[in-house]
Amino acid sequence: MSTPRTTTAPHPRGRRRPRGTPRVPAALLLPALLGLAFLVLPLLGLLIRAPWSALPELLTGPEVWQALRLSLISATAATGVSLLLGVPLAWLLARTDFPGRRLLRALVTLPLVLPPVVGGVALLLVLGRNGIVGRWLDSATGITLPFTTAGVVVAEAFVAMPFLVISVEGALRAADPRYEEAAATLGASRLTAFRRVTLPLVAPGIGAGAVLAWARALGEFGATITFAGNFPGRTQTMPLAVYLAMESDPEAAIALSLILLTVSVAVLAGLRDRWMSTP
Amino acid sequence: MTAALDARLCVARDTFTLDVAFSAQPGEVLALLGPNGAGKSTALRALAGLLPLTSGRLALDGSEWDSPSAGVFVPAEQRPIGVVFQDYLLFPHLSALDNVAFGLRCKGLRRAAARAEALPWLERMGLAEHAGQRPAKLSGGQAQRVALARALAVRPRLLLLDEPLAALDARTRLDIRAELRRHLAEFEAVAVLVTHDPLDAMVLADRLVVIEAGQVVQTGRPAEVARRPRTDYIARLVGLNLYQGTADGRRVTLPEGQVLTTDQELTGPAFVAFPPDAVTLHRHRPETSARNLFPCTVAGLDLHGDRFRVDLTGPLPLAADLTPTAATALDLTPGTPVWAAIKATQTHAYPA
Repeated sequence: MSTPRTTTAPHPRGRRRPRGTPRVPAALLLPALLGLAFLVLPLLGLLIRAPWSALPELLTGPEVWQALRLSLISATAATGVSLLLGVPLAWLLARTDFPGRRLLRALVTLPLVLPPVVGGVALLLVLGRNGIVGRWLDSATGITLPFTTAGVVVAEAFVAMPFLVISVEGALRAADPRYEEAAATLGASRLTAFRRVTLPLVAPGIGAGAVLAWARALGEFGATITFAGNFPGRTQTMPLAVYLAMESDPEAAIALSLILLTVSVAVLAGLRDRWMSTP
Repeated sequence: MTAALDARLCVARDTFTLDVAFSAQPGEVLALLGPNGAGKSTALRALAGLLPLTSGRLALDGSEWDSPSAGVFVPAEQRPIGVVFQDYLLFPHLSALDNVAFGLRCKGLRRAAARAEALPWLERMGLAEHAGQRPAKLSGGQAQRVALARALAVRPRLLLLDEPLAALDARTRLDIRAELRRHLAEFEAVAVLVTHDPLDAMVLADRLVVIEAGQVVQTGRPAEVARRPRTDYIARLVGLNLYQGTADGRRVTLPEGQVLTTDQELTGPAFVAFPPDAVTLHRHRPETSARNLFPCTVAGLDLHGDRFRVDLTGPLPLAADLTPTAATALDLTPGTPVWAAIKATQTHAYPA
């Protein structure tokens, strides 16, 4: 393989724009590039400063596994709760008409814009040991949610479910309701039509919503630490572990961050058909 | 014999009111024929139970399906119906076979049993080899047949077809129309077909119910409706010139004063109809035995098959059919003044 091979000439520098493509004005290009750098550089920094050689050792530590395992389990459970409650809620919003539906829709989407810490405080007030519902739950069943793994799931579901509801509601609105009418003329009850016709039709929307909700739950910090606290092995999820590690062991924090970055990239790859296909 | 289907459908909308009544015997195919926006689809949705009546009554085989005054409403899923929708609405995530089996499964059959019962329906439609295919892979004609099989497989007591041939291209339409006619002839319960195409209606239906602006304007056997249209819409559909006036013997005087001579003796309100090919055109006032002669102006020419359809304006607006030879010989262009002659024997007069 030593014989030199002729290579095709490289593209001449400053390759011409295709004819007819107008020049991008500098007033737009400059801020655009600055914005791009602002978004991409921190991620690059994470990769550059990552302690690659010490990484295997850092990531196999028991605390990391504990946090990662807890994160995956609680985010998945929160997604499950969101699916169980969120899909019917989305159906209600998309397919029925009742007074106050618009207000209800606004309330459902509120956690999207609500600071998560506020959500955590609100959850404590309702589901805390002395909360409106929590007190009853404690005396009736002996279950207390705050500062437990179940509490983590509750906090994550509270923050993540609106993503799922919005996504599924959009898919339901885009799906032709006449398929449900066709199912009804064939003898399907509304529930059967929903189960056997509507659900399969909006499955891609539900999938995308679930991935979004899962990613949001995985990264959840504010509501979790407020409602469930920060107990290693019980309520200390990855984001909490990252934050804590930054105080004591920055290298470990970077390593943990790398894991979350990897998960985010995987989520993005999973959703690329839905979001990256815009021309 | 009492009617199997007994319907008086009244549906009030903001800007539109449907109020039609009709009935049908078992085995009868009824066509609701009318222009777009006449209320045909609304009537079909009311029959299917997808739209409740505002007032009126709907009963099939003696049981009430919808009666606002009695507070009765049987929802679509509890009515023994089969619907073929205009764009079929085959479930895109199910195979052709599972689409046909869907209604059977809703009746409580297990998957295997439902499929076993669905397959013969696909075989009857000549689609057994397409059983495993998704609707997206089927041609328009195949999808139409799957939709029909799906509607028939639940053994409905009322079969509803919404513009069943409208989505097909001209060639497929001919085949499917003949096939659909065969299936409808075999169908033992009531079938109601909604269409704006007179040919579909005439070929497929035993009886026409012509609906315009939410009202029934005429009912009858297809041949009868075609021969004796009662509105301009039907006359245009079946290609007849139609006039309404007052008869006195063989003379029918139209509201604007023109007089048509016919060979039927009538008195009182009457219709006069004649086909466009009964009209002869002349550049100069002809010496003719024709009793009806009118000066006209050519408004437009259109080639219909091997005939020229000439639209004429004047004291008596009418349509005339000419052979291309005749049209060329007369050198007709829009604006040309002509004389139109119609023999009394070629007109058809009947009481209004």
